[in-house]
Amino acid sequence: MLSSRHILGMDDLTAEDITRILETAESFAAVNERRIKKLPTLRGLTVVNLFLEPSTRTRTSFEIAAKRLSADGINFTASASATVKGESLRDTAATLAAMSCDLVIIRHKYAGAPRILSEMMDCSIVNGGDGIHQHPTQALLDLYTMQQRLGHLEGLRVGIVGDIAHSRVAGSLIPALLKVGAHPIVVAPPTLLPARPDVLGAEVSWDLDEVLPTLDVAYMLRIQMERSDGMPFPSLREYARFYGMNLTRLAAMKPAAIVMHPGPMNRGVEISADVADSDRSLVLEQVESGVAVRMAVMYLLLGGADSGAAA
Amino acid sequence: MANRTKAVVMDATAVDRAITRIAHELLEENKGAEGLALVGIVTRGAHLAQRLAERVREIEGADVPVGTLDISFYRDDISTRNNPEVHRTDLPFDPSGICVVLVDDVLFTGRTIRAAMDALMDYGRPSCIRLAVLVDRGHRELPVRADYVGKNVPTSSRERVRVLLKETDGEDAVVISEGEVTKEC
Repeated sequence: MLSSRHILGMDDLTAEDITRILETAESFAAVNERRIKKLPTLRGLTVVNLFLEPSTRTRTSFEIAAKRLSADGINFTASASATVKGESLRDTAATLAAMSCDLVIIRHKYAGAPRILSEMMDCSIVNGGDGIHQHPTQALLDLYTMQQRLGHLEGLRVGIVGDIAHSRVAGSLIPALLKVGAHPIVVAPPTLLPARPDVLGAEVSWDLDEVLPTLDVAYMLRIQMERSDGMPFPSLREYARFYGMNLTRLAAMKPAAIVMHPGPMNRGVEISADVADSDRSLVLEQVESGVAVRMAVMYLLLGGADSGAAA
Repeated sequence: MANRTKAVVMDATAVDRAITRIAHELLEENKGAEGLALVGIVTRGAHLAQRLAERVREIEGADVPVGTLDISFYRDDISTRNNPEVHRTDLPFDPSGICVVLVDDVLFTGRTIRAAMDALMDYGRPSCIRLAVLVDRGHRELPVRADYVGKNVPTSSRERVRVLLKETDGEDAVVISEGEVTKEC
């Protein structure tokens, strides 16, 4: 049982909650290696995937997690749902509540949408990514992946490289790392940093090559090519030259240091193909961890005495 | 919990004798250690399974595979329990086609055993499942019975039966205390 019945952002979780989620995820990872991967744990409970913004890996990951726990999963996607017909979030919430679900995972293009939903509904809410705000389960699976590979989290120096200003992954990962006693360093050109990078609580650097040798983890963020206002740097090639991970930069890192990426990758931009496919890249491990960590989150949110909806 | 100890129903010697007897019974019924495996339910059942295996080795000179089973994900009371602490399941063998003896400390309502059987079945298809417990305290809520029992302890449902083991509690004993009923066995 966790200290909050929702996970809207990393603020809802204490360091103890995080440890608990990671420990529980280890048990679920063992289940995911069995021939029969299904557990009866959340039988009869209904989990809604309310994905009002395109997503494949996060939605699929939550969907598999719910299925492995025997919960009934229902998908609401932007294109198929009534929201394209103009339904407001409030009405969507009321509709879902009327169908009595136990857990809603919401992805929305606006920051704060999960909080609004949590105020309107009776069930647990998990933020599956809201605008440029947070993506807490991604941060949790990243912590899990780092811990599995490096053995510990405390004291790790994690460089988060790229579009810090618009990344909800960074929005959750930075506070998550701080909570577990790791040391986040944001690395980006000034145009990709928020106006006040100092409030993040992370070290700030403009120079990737300078910090690389000190890092245990290089976490490469995706350059959001779909951004309509263009990219705040002269060219992708220039970005790749100064901030992209490649074999030369990998060689400058500590021998045990690892490279991570939340996906989907722009090969040749923030990460070169040979690094992405090397054994120092944990991209696929991150995806694999995602299922176990999301199972743990669902189990701990719905397995507590206070989840009245589940009783 | 402020439990008042009412009686010590088994001391260290009695616990040890019970384990020895159960080991002999297991070997007698199975005609040796061939095709036998012990699976302890965490946490105290796992320690008991380990001790049973050691005893079997002393008697028969044979190693029986030992595993541990965590049944948290198979409980029927997940939404009413507030402390779903999870341990690791570790079955270093395929339970299919062998006789698996589930080992637990206290047999009470039978719900734990129901969950353990379901969990075990997800790992394979044992040729049979038997149940060994150190204490049977009665008050079954499911049609479950133990094949090997260390001691039958008639209790009232208000009492609390606790098995103490060196590995977890520093001493071996079975004690009954008056206290709030926690139906977890």
